[in-house]
Amino acid sequence: MEMFLYIALFAPLVGSLTAGLFGASKKTLFAGVFASGMLFASFISSLLLLIQVLQGNTYHVEMMTWIATGDFYVPFGFVVNSVTITMMMVVTTVSTVVHVYAIGYMDHDKAFNRFFAYLSAFVFSMMILVMSDNLLGLFIGWEGVGVCSWLLIGFWYHKESATWAANEAFIMNRIADLAMLVGIFTLYWNMGTISYDGIFAQVAIADHDMLVVAAGFLFVGAMGKSAQFPLHTWLADAMEGPTPVSALIHAATMVTAGVYLVVRMNPLYDLVPEVGYIIASLGAFVAMFAASMALVNRDMKRIIAYSTLSQLGYMFVAAGLGAYWVALFHLMAHAFFKALLFLGAGNVMHAMSDELDPFKMGGLQKVMPYTFWMMTLASIALAGLFPFAGFFSKDLILEVAFVEHHYILYTVLLITAGLTAFYSFRLAFLIFLGEERYKLFGFHPHEAYKYMIVAMSPLLILAIIAGFLFKGTYYEMVTGAITGILPSLEYHVHNHTVYWIMTIGTQLFVIAAIVYAYKKYIDAKIDKKVEEGFFYQLLFNQYYIPKIYDEVFSKPYAELSKMCWKLDNAVVDATVDGIAGVFYGTAKKTHTMQDGNLSSMLKWMVAGLVTMLIFAALVVSGDTIYVILQTYVAPVLEAVVGMIKSIGH
Amino acid sequence: MMEITLTHYLVLSTVLFMIGLIGVMRRKNLLMLFFATEILLNSVNIALVAISHFYGDFTGQMFAFFIIAIAASEVAVGLGLLVLWFKRFNTIDLDNMTQMKG
Amino acid sequence: MFEFLAFYLFAFLTIAMFYITVTTSHSLYALTALAAGMIFISAFYFMLNADFMGVVQLIVYAGAVMALYSFGMMFFDTTRELHEKKTSSVVVFTLAIMATLITVAMIAAPVIGGNIEAYNPIIEGVGNSQQIGLVLFTKYLVPFEVAAVMLLVAMIAGIVMAGKKMDDSYSELSEEEIDAKEAEVVA
Repeated sequence: MEMFLYIALFAPLVGSLTAGLFGASKKTLFAGVFASGMLFASFISSLLLLIQVLQGNTYHVEMMTWIATGDFYVPFGFVVNSVTITMMMVVTTVSTVVHVYAIGYMDHDKAFNRFFAYLSAFVFSMMILVMSDNLLGLFIGWEGVGVCSWLLIGFWYHKESATWAANEAFIMNRIADLAMLVGIFTLYWNMGTISYDGIFAQVAIADHDMLVVAAGFLFVGAMGKSAQFPLHTWLADAMEGPTPVSALIHAATMVTAGVYLVVRMNPLYDLVPEVGYIIASLGAFVAMFAASMALVNRDMKRIIAYSTLSQLGYMFVAAGLGAYWVALFHLMAHAFFKALLFLGAGNVMHAMSDELDPFKMGGLQKVMPYTFWMMTLASIALAGLFPFAGFFSKDLILEVAFVEHHYILYTVLLITAGLTAFYSFRLAFLIFLGEERYKLFGFHPHEAYKYMIVAMSPLLILAIIAGFLFKGTYYEMVTGAITGILPSLEYHVHNHTVYWIMTIGTQLFVIAAIVYAYKKYIDAKIDKKVEEGFFYQLLFNQYYIPKIYDEVFSKPYAELSKMCWKLDNAVVDATVDGIAGVFYGTAKKTHTMQDGNLSSMLKWMVAGLVTMLIFAALVVSGDTIYVILQTYVAPVLEAVVGMIKSIGH
Repeated sequence: MMEITLTHYLVLSTVLFMIGLIGVMRRKNLLMLFFATEILLNSVNIALVAISHFYGDFTGQMFAFFIIAIAASEVAVGLGLLVLWFKRFNTIDLDNMTQMKG
Repeated sequence: MFEFLAFYLFAFLTIAMFYITVTTSHSLYALTALAAGMIFISAFYFMLNADFMGVVQLIVYAGAVMALYSFGMMFFDTTRELHEKKTSSVVVFTLAIMATLITVAMIAAPVIGGNIEAYNPIIEGVGNSQQIGLVLFTKYLVPFEVAAVMLLVAMIAGIVMAGKKMDDSYSELSEEEIDAKEAEVVA
């Protein structure tokens, strides 16, 4: 069985390296097909491991030793338990679908092979992150996905905006990684181990304040990866990358790594509920914050990106309140329908020659029926209508907030649910229904290739059934007696009436929001007065936060760098040049020594001989020479001095 | 001072070596330079043979023998080169032989 | 007594001769003085019981080397005086004195220290040449052979440098062709 673990882990790497061999060549279909095939192998292995885990087996392997210095022992270890296998299934499923989709999407791209190399490398890093059994292994995967994200966002590196966005993403992640490292160091310093088992064994007896510090810093690291406020600006800009990248990385996998970290470290976070509450509050804030920005945006992918950000907030609310299995469940369901949304958007972009403004589209339902149904169903799942997946995960989070008596959080999340439904369907209606505005702009859209639609269909099916079909099995697996490692808290609203009012009320609220969106956007009228209003401008410019960051952080830092560059020029370069100058000057002065005249060269030779003789004499026979001087030279000198004295008289 | 010891021979060798060095440094005519080199070699030979005699060791005489052989062949080759140079440049004044400048 | 006189006489003569060699401006005097110096040095060898060395000195130096130098002198006008540019005497003398003093100090140090052991001891009673033969052809055989090769190389070098062009081999040409060549050269 361990073999399947290794296959699941390393098959993406093999695919990546093979595609990388063709990196500089023209598009070869083999690279894409092989990479997808490797991903599929990884998926099958994960499936087999899932069956095993459901039967109650967990696997813990240590591949080889990494660091073994003194007391510090870190292996390359991998563990497959219920939490891991959930993430593995999510990652491999979405990755396989995205790989096959990308074969069609990147069809006309010159750097086809390079894309698959990067994409598979990303999946490999994500698998390391998920399957690792110690914090350092997780950190390797963490950094790996950061790098691959940078490579993929800046895939079209000739575009200035793409490279800028890639750098922004990477640098923001780095800032958060610093905090994460501090958290890891804190844990190691106080516990002497960084493997999960070791930490969890000691966490009950550890000092509370230290745990708060460690949990806080780890969460800051998670904030960077999962784009929580204030490190959120990179996620929207990351849409510069190709759409499959957005689907895979910025919907389903990388951004959920932060949630995974909190869920994985749940024994730690259980002991510091105050940090958990801060996490939950921040998550709720981000949920509302992102949803508000998505309301008015005119960029199709950005809307979906803000939607991701908002849902991540939901996950953190659940994780912060201690409902880790709920957070993980929402992670899983969200991955499916969000990826589906992104891929559908990719279809639309492809059809509309990379146009992103939904106001320039409209009535595409007639031309792209499959995409229409996929995106609509995904949006319904996102909105959380029964019986799609979103209902079982998102509404559960609302229940958690309510049951734990955090009514403010509940209200915020409820309003956000309405906003979510509103903007999702705003997008859907603007693109697919109404007048065919695209004809005015001269576009000739067509449906995507058949195999791309086929590739997307598993996601559609999962988005529909994941809720009611998997919830029971999943709950049993992650919290049950045999393989459960998450606390098994059931959230029941005790009063049945309240429960039904809540559920039905939420559903009605969401449906009302959808209807409102329909009425408002079916004609795609743009209200000029609203557009110039203060709130609209505020939301449209993302609360001016990117501008603030630019003014407060980027510009002063650039100035500081310029100053340092000048200093470097003046001090370091001058020193090096000075040393060279000394040699050069010496050479010029001693150049006269070589005048080609044999006689002068002989004199130099004798002079050198004398120098070496002095040296040798002192070193070899210094003491004897001293004796010689004493016995022979000293009396002579004394005699001479005596003679001079006598002459003097 | 009645008895001639090793020291006398060594002092003699020193004086001759000094004369040879002065000649090497002073002479501007290539042929005269060769003469001075001969003086240097001979002074060393005297020192070697003297030490060999006073310490009953043949090594010194062997060395001196080989030095003589080497000096002879050196003279042969050196003179050949000198003649060629003279034929080409018509002078053997060291001050005019600065082709190797720089 | 005899040794004392001999030593100082020959020492004085040798030094005088070599001094003339390095300081005179007549090239012929320099050559003659050098030859005389060589001969006086061989006297030292005889005084030191190194008969073979003394004879070799006479044959090789005073005979062959001086002959070579004489032939070299043929190229130059020996009646003219050598005009040599004055060099700084101070530098020359200082360097020379320093070099020699230190060299002597280095050589004398082990002598005075007294730690010398004989590698090839001299046996009393046996003739000097015989002993040299014994040592030379056993312990110093390889240097002997190498020196022979070196002499061969020097000889060939001398011939090649001094000879004229040797593109044609006289032994392969007939009598008439050789005569034609000779007539060409003369013309």
